[in-house]
Amino acid sequence: MFRESPILRWRGYNDRYKLKGYKCRVCKKVYFEKKGLCPCGSIEFDEIELSGKGKIAAFTQIHGAPEAFESKAPYCVAVIDLAEGARIEAQVVDCKYSDLKIGTDVEAVFRKFYSSGEKGAIHYGTKFVPKF
Amino acid sequence: MAGIVGWGSYIPKYRITVEEIAAVQGQNLKAIIDGLGLTEKSVPGKDEDAATIAVHASRDALKRAGINPKEIGAVYVGSESHPYAVKPTASIVGEALDIGNEYTALDTEFACKAGSGTIQINAGMVDSGMIKYGLGVGADTSQAEPGNALEYSAAAGGAAFIIGPKNGSVATLDFTASFTSDTPDFWRRALQPYPAHAGRFTGEPAYFKHVLGATNLILKKSGAKISDFDHIVLHMPNAKFPERAAKILGATPKQIEVGLVVKKIGNTYSGSSLLGLAAVLDVAKPEQKILVTSYGSGAGSDSFIFTTTNKILLVQKEARKVSEYIARKEYLGYAQYLKHMEEIHK
Ligand SMILES: [Zn+2]
Repeated sequence: MFRESPILRWRGYNDRYKLKGYKCRVCKKVYFEKKGLCPCGSIEFDEIELSGKGKIAAFTQIHGAPEAFESKAPYCVAVIDLAEGARIEAQVVDCKYSDLKIGTDVEAVFRKFYSSGEKGAIHYGTKFVPKF
Repeated sequence: MAGIVGWGSYIPKYRITVEEIAAVQGQNLKAIIDGLGLTEKSVPGKDEDAATIAVHASRDALKRAGINPKEIGAVYVGSESHPYAVKPTASIVGEALDIGNEYTALDTEFACKAGSGTIQINAGMVDSGMIKYGLGVGADTSQAEPGNALEYSAAAGGAAFIIGPKNGSVATLDFTASFTSDTPDFWRRALQPYPAHAGRFTGEPAYFKHVLGATNLILKKSGAKISDFDHIVLHMPNAKFPERAAKILGATPKQIEVGLVVKKIGNTYSGSSLLGLAAVLDVAKPEQKILVTSYGSGAGSDSFIFTTTNKILLVQKEARKVSEYIARKEYLGYAQYLKHMEEIHK
């Protein structure tokens, strides 16, 4: 889940930096990450812009975080249903655990994920904040 | 000349009061508030830095500009807290905005005027026909050593401006002028975490000489009088300096009121005068004249005269206003504040 290599991170910029989605040409279902095969049998997808607006479907608070996120713990992670229908798992920040509910409106923001130590690259991507 | 086709702003949610800092430092609260004219400042979230602030403000600028990001031919980001010493913030912004690859990009640095300079560069590029649109940003998560006087005001925030052809702009750029000299009032040496400054020397020979120098120069160049302006924004290291400079220029408190955002958020360095300009554009009416003068230690000032167009009314609602970011806040205690500041410079 947690990639150290700046190159692997770089390959994910389209999804994580820009919040691109992939829409099945046949059944029109929208996915956050590129899929090879849609359950409907189609292998053809169109890249679409996701608005970044969504609602919390499930959430939890992380206390025992991986090393790179340790200093940020406790933090919230949620499964979010985006307005376009795709589902995404992401951190929800600028809030307390007690602020969140199932159905809370959230919006995407561009934030720092972590740094690979003092000399390594800094990794950025999409997190969510409660709508304000 | 070119004009502003879209603007956006961003201020992190967290605040610390001057009272909280003064209590920890054992200093006289009243003397500090009287001296600076501000009561609280913004503090970045643990996962925010100049790049994330720049992306946020730029996305809002893009919403207001209503253009295809692929038409942006230049991205310049000014800051004194670029996340990397070597590796541009501007390319992170370009990538996050989906500008593609056919653009030129640079990070700029000139203390607190690194952002305002990007407006001049972009206007020159647009006017020469080199680019159609250019994005310029000023964003900072300012550093201040715990216990130093700067700790009361060094804040976080930023603003972004997309510059394009005059025709189609929300505010035309009518004149610009700069005033620069080698003045050692404030600096941060390479690899040092915190800046140093020359105390009182930051006033008369530094801030006032350059802000008044550039402003008087643009008034002379344009033939405008200070009373011609509906709004005036002067760089805000605190509230007292711009208030005093405005008085010397003969401006009224009402002319600087809308842009004087420092009182509730502190000095956002490269974001400071640009956030003042964004706050003015958020509420300006068509055909209003705006005067902006930035200041960067070291030292220099850039002055601008803008005139708003009818189009401004159509785009003001397309993104959040500076006042909405100022209103959204959560206070931190001093210990939490230190944790935030340690984290963002990791
Ligand atoms: Zn399908």
